[in-house]
Amino acid sequence: MEEGSRRSGDLWSGVALALLGLYIVVQAWQWDYLGPEGPGAGFFPLWYGLAILALSLVLVVSNLRRRAPAAGAGVDWRRVGRALSAWLALVVAVALFKVLGFVAGLALLTYFVVAVMYRKPAATAAITAAAIGAGFYLVFDLALGLPLPSGLLGF
Amino acid sequence: MDIVTGLLHGFAVALAPANLLWCFVGVFLGTVVGVLPGLGPPATIAMLLPLTFSMSPAGAIIMLAGIYYGAKYGGSTTSILLNVPGESASVVTCIDGYQMARKGRPGAALGIAAIASFVAGTVGVVGLMLVAPPLARFALSFSSPEYFALMSLGLALVVLLAGRSMLKALVAALAGLWIATVGTDPFSTTSRFTFGQLELLSGIDFIVVAIGVFALGEVLANMEAREDAPLLEVPRGLRNLLPTWQDLKDCRFAFINGSVVGFLVGTLPGGGSTIASFLSYGLEKAVSRRRDQFGTGVIEGVAAPEGANNSETGGALVPLLTLGIPGSGTTAILLAALVLWGFKPGPLFIPEHPDLFWGLVASMYIGNVMLLVLNLPLVPLFAQVLRLPVYVLYPLILGVSMVGVYSASGSLFDLGLLLAFGLLGYAMRKLDYPAAPLILGLALGAGMERALRQSLMMSQGSLSILVSRPISAAMLSLALLILSIPLFGKFNAWRLRALES
Repeated sequence: MEEGSRRSGDLWSGVALALLGLYIVVQAWQWDYLGPEGPGAGFFPLWYGLAILALSLVLVVSNLRRRAPAAGAGVDWRRVGRALSAWLALVVAVALFKVLGFVAGLALLTYFVVAVMYRKPAATAAITAAAIGAGFYLVFDLALGLPLPSGLLGF
Repeated sequence: MDIVTGLLHGFAVALAPANLLWCFVGVFLGTVVGVLPGLGPPATIAMLLPLTFSMSPAGAIIMLAGIYYGAKYGGSTTSILLNVPGESASVVTCIDGYQMARKGRPGAALGIAAIASFVAGTVGVVGLMLVAPPLARFALSFSSPEYFALMSLGLALVVLLAGRSMLKALVAALAGLWIATVGTDPFSTTSRFTFGQLELLSGIDFIVVAIGVFALGEVLANMEAREDAPLLEVPRGLRNLLPTWQDLKDCRFAFINGSVVGFLVGTLPGGGSTIASFLSYGLEKAVSRRRDQFGTGVIEGVAAPEGANNSETGGALVPLLTLGIPGSGTTAILLAALVLWGFKPGPLFIPEHPDLFWGLVASMYIGNVMLLVLNLPLVPLFAQVLRLPVYVLYPLILGVSMVGVYSASGSLFDLGLLLAFGLLGYAMRKLDYPAAPLILGLALGAGMERALRQSLMMSQGSLSILVSRPISAAMLSLALLILSIPLFGKFNAWRLRALES
């Protein structure tokens, strides 16, 4: 990753982590810190929450004190977009498991990866998707007897 | 049980037909995983962990450990033939291994990598066998304050060596502690960080985080690009894979260097095989009479790091099995595996479960022999794995990841969490946050909190108990010293140079 984009990434990840630290501290504050039987549920989270908050603020401040780089310099958004579209396809596939079941959902995901992301012919994508779907059904469901999410059609 | 009796007992366990088969499956899968760039042992072990629930614990640990050390053998293949390391520990093998291949000696490079791996891997197992039992006896005197201090020291060492920014590594470790505390507090039954979700009351499953961060994160990062690297020709025939007598003579010191450095670095939490391989390469170069030729295809430059990254496995199992402290992402997953099967790694592990410990040690001797046989004549076959198109490989990994998580819990909610942690793993890679401290924080979080709270119960709430006991005070001081390294410019510069060497 280029220096400019790394700094901007550090800044925003630092902000996100500071918010996480703040959330942990606020939550831990509501639980017992020390009771008659020793430390309560809030003792440990309070300390690591404070540490996350403090360290992430150091990350944010040290980035702000440096000279600001050109916004977005060095980030290859095309590459990031490819990874995020693969992740979104995965989200859609998992969401479809309740309706289509695991086997059909995975086959659809495979079709998307082969045809859309790797731009292979539709026939190659269809054969790969069918083979992977069938392979998972045979190996995990039939041979190993592992439970797979089933859809409206029962598999 | 003394060492000889223990080892004989171990061979009786490891040579049982079923365990022998699991050992073969493990080292075979490990070699394949090692050959494939982009799929590491932590991801593979995490994915396969749920499938081991119905296996005998001895067979399961033998297989998972086989994947762990088998991947180290396979990792050199792509380094030498493609200049692409199969594992991070094989990065340094690219330097001289690929040059040897370009100069027409790929067979000798692959052969010496397998032989060095075998020699050093075996030395690592001998070290594990000799060091683990006395260390476990010493650790019997530990109580809660010492355990808390030991886990803090382990995390500090991992943070020290995890990446360029110790700040990011430390935050990642703390985030791991947070994930570990999600769910019901075991002391008071208070629900913590559950966001009102009933599914989170029992906490977040370690497997979900490990598969998400390692397997999904890796696949997403690899799917950013479409390119395939060109494969050099793989030599055929055993004769072309055997190094010459002169090669073996040149590598005498490299075998010793790799074995010793690898084992010692392995015993340190946070050391890891990548650091072991770089250190032994540096040492080999420093003492070599032809140091100016390093980088141009010198055979010792392959033997030393390959030996070190295999010997490291034996070393890394020492703190895991005797103290219950993992030193890397992979050993953290092995710790989770042992806990899931109902065992508690620590000082009592060896006396209480001799079948598991000695069976594992004996299986590693057998596994190293299997790997030597697999990796010398069958290297051309394993190299064919690289011809598997990535557009087939990635959906397979995604599918196995989801099956692994779903088969462990039967919950679609966990699949949702898996996707979230996959995205987190990808983001951490892009933003240079190391994953190992997060996984270690998660693996040690519950134990750390328990040890801290028990310590404070012993002292009626006074933190002085942590510093009034000599062992705990020494370990906490060391941890503090390590974490303050960035404040000392000279030491931090040394750390950064070591990481970048």
